[in-house]
Amino acid sequence: MKSAVIVFPGSNCDRDLATALHEVTGTAPAMVWHRETSLPDGIGLVGLPGGFSYGDYLRCGAISARSPIMAAVVAAAERGVPVLGICNGFQVLTEVGLLPGALMRNAGLNFVCRDVALTVGTSQSVFTQRYDAGETIRIPVAHQDGNYAADAETLDRLEGEGRVAFRYAEPVNGAARAIAGILNPAGNVLGMMPHPERMIGPAHGGSDGRRLFESLLEAVA
Amino acid sequence: MKTRIFVTLKNGVLDPQGKAIHHALHALGFTGVNDVRAGKLIELDLADGTSREEIEAMCNRLLANTVIENFRIEDM
Repeated sequence: MKSAVIVFPGSNCDRDLATALHEVTGTAPAMVWHRETSLPDGIGLVGLPGGFSYGDYLRCGAISARSPIMAAVVAAAERGVPVLGICNGFQVLTEVGLLPGALMRNAGLNFVCRDVALTVGTSQSVFTQRYDAGETIRIPVAHQDGNYAADAETLDRLEGEGRVAFRYAEPVNGAARAIAGILNPAGNVLGMMPHPERMIGPAHGGSDGRRLFESLLEAVA
Repeated sequence: MKTRIFVTLKNGVLDPQGKAIHHALHALGFTGVNDVRAGKLIELDLADGTSREEIEAMCNRLLANTVIENFRIEDM
């Protein structure tokens, strides 16, 4: 599977994501600088990595969401290409409007960096089909602004439409309804605060994140 | 032409930074503070004749995230 990882100034998980994609899919992703205006042809996934793009200036992900490559990412998402935003990538996806809501400062104000337990909300997506709904998995988080916020109507809709992909199974950041990851209405855009690319094998202490990439590979291949 | 944009969290949106400032003020002995809300001030130096609509578009498209924030435009 061909894939692309977008690199913003201040991205710092782009290599982690590229390594995970290379290992699971067998193909090294194209690294696409944010100044580019188009994506490589025939890609099966666009990844927006974690980090502190533009130093989190203004709001996390706000400046990146307006960078030249994002018009191509939005167009790809609208064509049905899977788009995965992890951590800062999730913040960018909300800022660009591909996902609803916003990620606010953690309720406890602290940077939270540890493995957390997550509950899988749905197995009905190209990202989660290798998981069982209701299953508990462990994946690390590393963020200061992961406190998901949206109005009650949006939260009800996300839950009613089965678009909550992952929930925290323990207190982490004060996120509304413990939301850790959400899907767009078509199910081809996933934003999540936890880092599946940091949990893909024994050296990481577990492989619960690996199945997310295997799900994508299976869906796209 | 200078304009100030005040960006504040909407009512009802939890403001952890405001809460932390409140705690710190209390710790310093300022016990009469009922609540603290933190926001942003953005000063724009604009070309003469920039329209109000254009400034509002800047606020809506970038300067504020209207999911969680309000903005107020103040001419200087």
